[in-house]
Amino acid sequence: MPVIKVESLSKVFGKHPERALKLLDENKSKEEILEETGNTVGVNRASFEVEEGEVFVIMGLSGSGKSTLVRLLNRLIEPTEGNVYVEEENLATMDKESLRKIRREKMSMVFQRFALFPHRTVLSNTEFGLEIQGVDKAERREKAEKALELVGLGGYIHQTPGQLSGGMQQRVGLARALTNDPQVLLMDEAFSALDPLIRKEMQDELLDLQETMKKTIIFITHDLDEALRIGDRIALMKDGSIVQIGTPEDILVNPANDYVEKFVEDVDRSKILTAEHIMKRPETVDIDKHGPRVALERMREEGLSSIYVTDRRRTLKGYVSADTASKARNEDVRNISEILNTDVPTVDKDTSLNEIFEQIYDSPVPIAVVEDGKLLGVIVRGAVIGALAGENGVTTENA
Amino acid sequence: MLDFMENVPVIPLAEGVSWLTDRITEIFSFIFEPIQNQFGAFMEWTSGQLASIPPIIVILLVVIGAFFASGKKFGLAAFSLVGLLLIYNQESWEQLMSTFTLVLISSLLCVIIGVPIGILMSKSRIAQAIITPILDFMQTMPAFVYLIPAVAFFSIGMVPGVFASLVFATPPTVRFTNLGIRQVSEELIEASESFGSTGSQKLFKVEMPMAKQTIMAGINQTVMLALSMVVIASMIGAPGLGRDVLSSLQRAEVGTGFVAGLGIVILAIIIDRFTQSLNK
Ligand SMILES: Nc1ncnc2c1ncn2[C@@H]1O[C@H](COP(=O)(O)OP(=O)(O)OP(=O)(O)O)[C@@H](O)[C@H]1O
Ligand SMILES: [Mg+2]
Repeated sequence: MPVIKVESLSKVFGKHPERALKLLDENKSKEEILEETGNTVGVNRASFEVEEGEVFVIMGLSGSGKSTLVRLLNRLIEPTEGNVYVEEENLATMDKESLRKIRREKMSMVFQRFALFPHRTVLSNTEFGLEIQGVDKAERREKAEKALELVGLGGYIHQTPGQLSGGMQQRVGLARALTNDPQVLLMDEAFSALDPLIRKEMQDELLDLQETMKKTIIFITHDLDEALRIGDRIALMKDGSIVQIGTPEDILVNPANDYVEKFVEDVDRSKILTAEHIMKRPETVDIDKHGPRVALERMREEGLSSIYVTDRRRTLKGYVSADTASKARNEDVRNISEILNTDVPTVDKDTSLNEIFEQIYDSPVPIAVVEDGKLLGVIVRGAVIGALAGENGVTTENA
Repeated sequence: MLDFMENVPVIPLAEGVSWLTDRITEIFSFIFEPIQNQFGAFMEWTSGQLASIPPIIVILLVVIGAFFASGKKFGLAAFSLVGLLLIYNQESWEQLMSTFTLVLISSLLCVIIGVPIGILMSKSRIAQAIITPILDFMQTMPAFVYLIPAVAFFSIGMVPGVFASLVFATPPTVRFTNLGIRQVSEELIEASESFGSTGSQKLFKVEMPMAKQTIMAGINQTVMLALSMVVIASMIGAPGLGRDVLSSLQRAEVGTGFVAGLGIVILAIIIDRFTQSLNK
């Protein structure tokens, strides 16, 4: 069951939203509608579902409607049309009191410019959510301190936000959101105001926290790198509409249209693609069944200068090169284990292209991709270079 | 060019206002009279209490207060000491206490009335559209004019003085409260709402604290206006330093007029610095 389910959700800013909606039905563009009616389409019939524990990223250029969409999810902005279900309850139609309850108990928001209360200390900022629920002082203090501890700010509780750096302020923002222990975290460009190094640190930290918290996170960003780093799935927005939803790989490999493709174009592929994307099906010989002769034969067939050796359950044992194999044949060695070279370069399937690139140049043989000791595939130099050059199809070929 | 106007009779605007004032006086006399009596008595009592404290104690309290309020600096404290001693020396102490009572009570009422109106204005565009021109009107009308209905409603003395001060001095508090709340950043409002604040939680936990500095600046102006109303209010019998100024004006006594005026200036400076330092 999805935690959040959005159905055909729209927001039109202006005096005559009905007219704009009608024009949307006629497939008029956002610009045309603005010209004809003076209304701005903020979000145009967005539909999606977010599963429990998922990090769902909403990405798009400036003005594409990301902030509007995320504010429709907790109804900071009133929807013009459509439904938002939070665990079966329709937020779009509920009364003020129930809405407040949802905001207090189920969803918290983290803001781009932190939105900390400057007249309150770090601790009292963090307590805010519990304070307005009327939780007693000792309890909310304890929970707030725990949340601050979690984001590494245990020592700063009596400072005011103005005394902290941007990164630390946003940690307070995060702690404030976590103190309520909500199921859903809404993060509107939460890291965009931070400089790149701090930003990356915060992304890592969020992912670390997520490992244990397992919150459902809606994360807004205009930065594809960020989206790919932290998103389990990504929704791409353009002019208020969602143009594609998919896993990071989906988006990169099968961009739905030109807009997505443009977005994806300048991503540094070396950071995104991993060993899994560029490995090939390995040619192997079986350590128990085969001898040097079979190995040589295979290598000649496939045009290889070495071949990997596994057991029957594909556990990687090592490799033999053509040289040693032919020497062994001449000396009439029967068993392949006698000539096995066990000094194997390995990576796991999530290793990034960058790291593979460094390793593969020192390696006399293709790199083995292993998981739990089993050989999944091999990576040859050409594939790495091809992928770095943005060659299409590298990924699908082996998928 | 305006020939055609010759045929239009004079609109009886003045008569209309007089008529209206009379009616109001008549209809609401059951409110006005007790206010005049009870409230008048209360103010007499307050200023009597103040005047009955030995001046030296008042002066010491003010000086000590000034020292701490100004962040342990000696300037304001020294000024208060010298200024108040001078007023005492000029035998104007009792008048000072009357004036201070008038200012204090007027200002308090201005704040009690002005802040809620300012809040209302900040919350409702319609309220803002209606109230803004009224405030403009209240502030541009010459202050003397308010004395007339004040006398009609409350006869003479301190009470009509307070009434005239209210009309004249409330607008800055209203304006600045409205401004202060409207200036609170959108993101902070969103933050408080996103955690499920009710309207009043948002007001008292976020908007008012954030607007505090601005509101205090408005209150400071209100207090200053109330003080400036004191001289004018003496024309309708409000006691205090203002009355000395007025009587010396009537008798063309430059010297006494100056002394009483100086007393008002000293009081003004002390009050101004005090309210400003509260803002830090
Ligand atoms: N309160 C509003 N009134 C009118 N139009 C609005 C309002 N808020 C947003 N819009 C319009 O709705 C569209 C979407 O805006 P939104 O702020 O959601 O974009 P965004 O994707 O968050 O952009 P950014 O990356 O700049 O934050 C824009 O065309 C914007 O001008
Ligand atoms: Mg935005």
